[in-house]
Amino acid sequence: MATPKPRVKVPKKASKGEVITIKTLISHPMESGQRKDKKSGELIPRQIINKFTCEFNGQMVFSCDMDPAVSANPYMEFNAKVTESGTFKFTWVDDDGSVYETENKIAVE
Amino acid sequence: MIITRRQMFGLTAGAAAVLAFNPQLSFAAPDETEAAIKAFTGGATPTEGTVSLDTPEIAENGNTVPVGVSVDSPMTADNFVESVLILADGNPNPAVATFHFTAMSGAADAKTRIRLAKTQNVIAVAKMNDGSTFIDRKEVKVTIGGCGG
Amino acid sequence: MAKTYKSIALFSALLMGTGAALAGGPVDDKLVIDGEMEIQTRVAAPEGHPFDEIISGWHYRTEETRALEADSFQNPGMLYVERGEEIWNTVDGDAGKSCASCHEDAGEFLKGLGASYPKWNADAGKPFNIELQINQCREKNMQAKPYKFDAADQKALTTYIKHQSIGMPVEVDLTQGDMQAWWDKGKELYYTRTGQLNLACASCHEDYNGKYIRADHLSQGNVNGFPTYRLKQSEMVSLHNRFRGCIRDTRAEFPAAFSDDLMALEVYVTWRGSGLGVETPAVRQ
Repeated sequence: MATPKPRVKVPKKASKGEVITIKTLISHPMESGQRKDKKSGELIPRQIINKFTCEFNGQMVFSCDMDPAVSANPYMEFNAKVTESGTFKFTWVDDDGSVYETENKIAVE
Repeated sequence: MIITRRQMFGLTAGAAAVLAFNPQLSFAAPDETEAAIKAFTGGATPTEGTVSLDTPEIAENGNTVPVGVSVDSPMTADNFVESVLILADGNPNPAVATFHFTAMSGAADAKTRIRLAKTQNVIAVAKMNDGSTFIDRKEVKVTIGGCGG
Repeated sequence: MAKTYKSIALFSALLMGTGAALAGGPVDDKLVIDGEMEIQTRVAAPEGHPFDEIISGWHYRTEETRALEADSFQNPGMLYVERGEEIWNTVDGDAGKSCASCHEDAGEFLKGLGASYPKWNADAGKPFNIELQINQCREKNMQAKPYKFDAADQKALTTYIKHQSIGMPVEVDLTQGDMQAWWDKGKELYYTRTGQLNLACASCHEDYNGKYIRADHLSQGNVNGFPTYRLKQSEMVSLHNRFRGCIRDTRAEFPAAFSDDLMALEVYVTWRGSGLGVETPAVRQ
């Protein structure tokens, strides 16, 4: 598996106090731990992204705890109220301890 | 009368067979779902309303079902939604996801895509910062595919 | 037996009631990606085509599935387009080359290319699809190992290449080499019943498109969106994987990927979708 790659859609600009919509997607099989290997018949061990967080200028905006029932290539759509220019930081935490991160800037006028 | 293949085609063609049952898997007992709700609310029975789920009536494939949740709240520093628990009562494990909001979320709306093993209820339970809890349930029919299943 | 027939028919009718959203033929809707790019999903068929109108499989899917394809951010297939672009620019093999080393201006070079495949390959003396062309480039020019069928990188690179022709009409050039003979062979296969279920491609996709096979809404079986993101597999599915899946479902032995049989079928089936806009990565159930 190639390293999971996040995609994030955040508006580049917003007006002060505006509630914006943020969309995120990351490539990940979200192996549920319920599937069996077709050849060996053995259960394939669970490996999912179990946590997603979105911070703005160091403060928590939104987070999500995920269970194996979240689909492969997990998609999250949520909102943020912006009152100043700054940086969104997005973090995904894998069962194997890997952390995938990306950042997006927004200009607030 | 013998049903020919041609007639059988006509029959299956008419049957938008909205059903899915796989006896090989064990599914969550309703108790497990109730227990998860109680654990989330601290034992309280959540009130109907305030939170609403947006789900398709029929999911074309249970592996990727779009689900949206929206809670009616001003989302201010002293009156906001803390979290929303999403459950699916017919999956092997009812837990799906928990969204956590803050006043900075601006709106208590979120969307994701989930796996549903069969036709079942999706449940959303919202917890406000004052501890009050609300619930919504929607049934999603999960179809089974063509000859490949 | 007659009684059984009636009860099944009644059962079907009841289910049709609940499945109103899914009932009937292709949906009357327009595929506009990101509210900007309209894709031709219904076109008049050329002369000699079995249909009057050629319709993309997009019209046979539910509102939610159609919406996924209409939003290039939500479409999970776009993750593979991005991965494919990385591969395009990554050096591999003993010659120290990437695809981009030779084809410097990818935007210019790839625009419309995917819409014209499969194409006659004179050296090989047979039609090539994008996967075979990639492998030929890898072996000859990059001195890299050819991809195995359905390797993750093969699917991502094919998806990226095909996507560069999004919205452009599918057009197979049958005048080159022996393309016409391969088309003839493909047509013969399309109408040949096979397997324990004794089904031809045409049994479902020509005679019964718009109807249901169990809960699945049968389309015309056009391939303008391949590789396609299928919700069932939750990943990209190649055309030859789908061919093999369909043939397997008739309970027949299925030919190898890129075999002459499946290449002939690809030529013919691609032609059946002539004029439809390329949708790669399409989203299907």
